[in-house]
Amino acid sequence: MISRIKQTVKGALLVDAVGAFFLTFGYLLKPKMTVNYPFERNPQSPRFRGEHALRRYPNGEERCIACKLCEAICPAQAITIESEPRADGSRRTTRYDIDMVKCIYCGLCQEACPVDAIVEGPNSEFATETREELYFDKARLLDNGDRWERQIARNLEMDAPYR
Amino acid sequence: MPVAKVNGVDVEFEPGMTVLQVAERAGEEIPRFCYHERLSIAGNCRMCLVEVKPGPPKPQASCALPAADGQEIFTDTPMVKKAREGVMEFLLINHPLDCPICDQGGECDLQDQAMGYGRDGSRYAENKRAVEEKHMGPTIKTYMTRCIQCTRCVRFITEVAGVPDIGMISRGESAEITTYLESSVNSELSGNVNDLCPVGALTHRPWAYHYRPWELKKTETIDVMDALGSNIRADYRGSEVMRILPRVHEGINEEWLSDKSRYVVDGLTTRRLDRPFVRENGKLRAATWDEALGVVADKLKAAAADRIGVVAGDLQDAESMKAALDLFRALGSPHTDCRQDGVALGGDAREGWLFNSGLAGIEAADAVLIVGADPRVEAPLLNTRLRKSWLAGKTQIALIGEQVDLSYDYNWLGAGSKILSKLPKAAADMLSNAERPAIIVGAGALAGENGPAVLNALGALAKKHGVVSDGWNGFNVLHTAASRVAGLDMGFVPGEGGLSAIDMVKKGKLDVLVLLGADEIDASASGAFTVYVGSHGDRGAHGADVILPGAAYTEKSGLYVNTEGRVQMAERVVFPKGQAKEDWAILRALSERVGQTLPYDTLDQLRLRLMTDHVTFGRIDYLAPAAAFDPSKLGTKGDLGDVAFASPVRDPYLSNPIARASATMAELSAQRIAPVAMAAE
Repeated sequence: MISRIKQTVKGALLVDAVGAFFLTFGYLLKPKMTVNYPFERNPQSPRFRGEHALRRYPNGEERCIACKLCEAICPAQAITIESEPRADGSRRTTRYDIDMVKCIYCGLCQEACPVDAIVEGPNSEFATETREELYFDKARLLDNGDRWERQIARNLEMDAPYR
Repeated sequence: MPVAKVNGVDVEFEPGMTVLQVAERAGEEIPRFCYHERLSIAGNCRMCLVEVKPGPPKPQASCALPAADGQEIFTDTPMVKKAREGVMEFLLINHPLDCPICDQGGECDLQDQAMGYGRDGSRYAENKRAVEEKHMGPTIKTYMTRCIQCTRCVRFITEVAGVPDIGMISRGESAEITTYLESSVNSELSGNVNDLCPVGALTHRPWAYHYRPWELKKTETIDVMDALGSNIRADYRGSEVMRILPRVHEGINEEWLSDKSRYVVDGLTTRRLDRPFVRENGKLRAATWDEALGVVADKLKAAAADRIGVVAGDLQDAESMKAALDLFRALGSPHTDCRQDGVALGGDAREGWLFNSGLAGIEAADAVLIVGADPRVEAPLLNTRLRKSWLAGKTQIALIGEQVDLSYDYNWLGAGSKILSKLPKAAADMLSNAERPAIIVGAGALAGENGPAVLNALGALAKKHGVVSDGWNGFNVLHTAASRVAGLDMGFVPGEGGLSAIDMVKKGKLDVLVLLGADEIDASASGAFTVYVGSHGDRGAHGADVILPGAAYTEKSGLYVNTEGRVQMAERVVFPKGQAKEDWAILRALSERVGQTLPYDTLDQLRLRLMTDHVTFGRIDYLAPAAAFDPSKLGTKGDLGDVAFASPVRDPYLSNPIARASATMAELSAQRIAPVAMAAE
């Protein structure tokens, strides 16, 4: 009985509504939690798993040796590789495709890679207008590698002590 | 029988068995690299160490230790494990850790056994040994740094293939496997060393780096490159056959495979007929099935029954030949033939065209007379069997025909038919004194004008020297075409008044000629309307007026009968290319259009019909025991003449349309014609 009276009085005096106003105005004065994306960004871990890239050695030779371990381990079966001997006799891919729509960004491909060729770089901003643009081929992946090499190398270096 | 204890369990064994074999009999798996049950024992990898009592208190190499009665063998004691781990560590000292680029990766003995006996890290900080790559020819890719000196390749090439081209030079750390002066390995069985290599030192060159073993799906099927019907496993990825490997069949190929059967795979994807073609104004143009079949049906209906004919090729399955035979008999044509080379076989008793002793049975023969055949070229795996029994000192071999290198010694009697009328005394004695004499007659002796006379003379010889006796039938015909025995079994020979294949293609004999995968016969002069049913754009297709695209042997399920009369079923590995269809289905569709619909709608119905009409097809993988038969009734008596026998397989690597489409076969052929010149030091 007593609690019902209390509830009625509280409701009549709009206690909860007024409290909510105070809460709102309180946050107006506190420092903001959101960032002004894309002009501001949150810090990113060196382990961030973003867009894929195929890396090269400093002398320009592609790292990938077509061992197909990434293709084998990919749980989404997003990677397709075909290989044959290159003119100089070395084992190379003739085709390295990643279906970025299938990819679940688990990072197992870069874990499996024995030569650090395929990596998931720091880039997460590769939205496209069509589906086809997300079917990455070897040229696109190598191009990504060339574009992001400095950050990828720095991230790998930062993460190396914990591997 | 003596008894040994393996890990406390009694095991009976035959005297002469090694400790490793006894342990295997007990179900214990012994790791090994150098030991192989079909090669001599080397005992140099030391991986098979076990503990044996009584004996010195140290691990023993089980592959080279004869088992003894009352012996106690231990395969899983701490001492054994420690010893094997030590061996593995030594083996890995100089083995590069390049599994990611190694073609053996995923199916490597060293990889697998390192999982069981390897350490997780290396204690070896010094420089690893590096060995230069060797040139071993178009089939073998070498990466000799990976070699662990098991010498399986050396033993195979020397013992089984009979060409001592591979050997080991130097010793200790500088030991290297190499070929003599780094020339190519000149063997028709060279691909087997790649299979034998337990590591990635020797790998298959033709398909190097093209696949990973875990990507492939496997289908067990039958090879058609020669008439032996070797058992193979075709591995495919998607719609492409990536490689062909042998399967064990003790009666046929043991576990080897000839280079031709193995490396012909790239021919399956090139020069393929993938849509029907019709010749218009002298040029072939692509057509629809409907149109192409319509054109053929119109021509067949317009022609008189005795002016149409069909020739079956060397790679045909029994079902498609049966369908063609039924269709042409229904149309009233007697002109059917499966013998493109015109051998004088076919007709009465089945024994007259079979390899009666069986391929495994030929090892039991103690005297072999080879007539007009070059087994090394025509059937390499039969040749290894002859070599095997020759090496064991059990067999004397004589040859009439070309004086070729057969990888064993033989007594050359003469070049041709003349010698058959009167065998030299030594050869006649060899046959009559033998307990189980055998004659192997090849297509080289039976083709040509006096083929029937030669066959008759050989039959008489066989009878005279007791080649066919109670429980032994040594009269052997060695065919060169995989389809031949099936064709002869079902009577795919000219009917009453019918023309043979060679007569059919002569000018003006026929109005419509159907070539069912027949590419080895020149039909350009015949003037007939030519229809080619087959898989490859080769000789037959070039001159054809209509091309109906068929399936290659990996693309259809079919029955093949090998030269010893063993029926085997090949399975479909991948689907036919493009619009191509299975051959029997093409003939079935055609039969409907000419108004003689064949009474079967499915392959099973066709097969049932085949087995009902010809009961020998009903037993798969069955070898009939030696039956009584009179060889002297074969052929027709006639003038033997003086003809030099020559094998019809002039170049084994270019002897059928699939092989001619293969780049690897072209390379092998080039090497065969002009071996790498060697300096004459």
